[in-house]
Amino acid sequence: MSAPDMKFTIEPPNSWHMIRALGGVGVLCSLLIVFTFQATLPTITRNKAEALERAIFNVIPGAATRASFQVTDSGALVSFEGEPKDEVLIYAGYDSDGRLVGVAMETQGKGFQDTIRLIYGYSPEKQQVIGMEVLESKETPGLGDKIIKDEDFLANFAALDATLTSDGSALEHPIEAVKAGQKEQPWQIDGITGATISSKAVGDILRSSTETMLPILHNQVNLLKRNES
Amino acid sequence: MSTSNIAPAGSNPVMDTDAFIKGLWRENPVFVQVLGMCPVLAVSNTAINALAMGVAATFVLVMSSTLVSLFRNFIPKQVRIASFILIIATFVTIVDFLIQAISLDVHKALGAFIALIVVNCIILGRAEAFASKNSLGKSILDALGMGVGFTFALLCLGIVREVLGAGTLFDIPVLGDGFQAWSIMLLPGGGFFTLGAWLLVFSIMRERKKNKAVAK
Repeated sequence: MSAPDMKFTIEPPNSWHMIRALGGVGVLCSLLIVFTFQATLPTITRNKAEALERAIFNVIPGAATRASFQVTDSGALVSFEGEPKDEVLIYAGYDSDGRLVGVAMETQGKGFQDTIRLIYGYSPEKQQVIGMEVLESKETPGLGDKIIKDEDFLANFAALDATLTSDGSALEHPIEAVKAGQKEQPWQIDGITGATISSKAVGDILRSSTETMLPILHNQVNLLKRNES
Repeated sequence: MSTSNIAPAGSNPVMDTDAFIKGLWRENPVFVQVLGMCPVLAVSNTAINALAMGVAATFVLVMSSTLVSLFRNFIPKQVRIASFILIIATFVTIVDFLIQAISLDVHKALGAFIALIVVNCIILGRAEAFASKNSLGKSILDALGMGVGFTFALLCLGIVREVLGAGTLFDIPVLGDGFQAWSIMLLPGGGFFTLGAWLLVFSIMRERKKNKAVAK
């Protein structure tokens, strides 16, 4: 490297050449990214819809069919058909006899690195969270990303208490994540050693979503049941 | 810019295929140069992850070497690193979109490591040490060789770790039901053990070759 390095001191850099190079490379790179983004967008959207479909049935064990409902700004539920865009949707799952077994809800919040997007199933009958799956996360590989696969952690969500107060306006006990091995109450989530912040984040995301969504569901659960055949 | 008059180290105009072959073995980026250890240790827990990571890194390596080599007389020395990083980051973003389009499960399994390809020193290393000084054809061959060598090394680790750690290979059970999986092999510690063992094997082989050459 010594030969070319010495040359710089003799030959002062030409600003125009540097601007031209960086600008040119920048424009070319942006074009490449935009082109790839446009070209892959339809496939990615379809893949995500398929993954969501699988996740819905995963977090509502025993569901055989499902129906989508839109949550309007005023908190009312209306039946929803067609391609979802930006609507807040919930998915009611029915077993093979057509009875409502649970409701799947998508939500997201701040994780350790970036937004964590997850979906969870809630049974209005049991007043419990009955399943949870992380849809998207960029948590630290090997530590925070245990929230996706760690079996002990996921077992927390098989029957997580989310009982509403008698008037159905709030949760009796807000869901919370505690340190690994310190779970004492049915509404607590046993965290993961080495992934304390990520497991807490999942707890916080679930708490804020259940606090807004469950009262809405409570008031309109008959609407979801009306679809029972 | 007049970097083209500098003879690239170890280049031989007669043997162009050497640009490809050296990355596979003699200058293998992982086992000989010991570069790019972060993805090597982290994403080699299963053979399929290792393969996906290797292919993704190879794609970025080949595409960025191509662009760097094409523009080698257009980019002034002073801004070369910034330009190289910009080019590499572009292809990492592209590969991220492509993997999402091919399989979301693979994307989920590789997680943050796709984005981290951008700091894989093999790629910037080849751009700086080779592609910026050599013709397009040679640079592509060099990048391809290094990429295949990297993938080969990842697979060496991935296969051992998956077979011992889960009793499967590419998700197909190979060791029977009686096998008690060594979970440690799937954890970071297993990555270090396996890498250490492979480095030992390769050192012994190199040593033997050297001794033979001396004996002759």
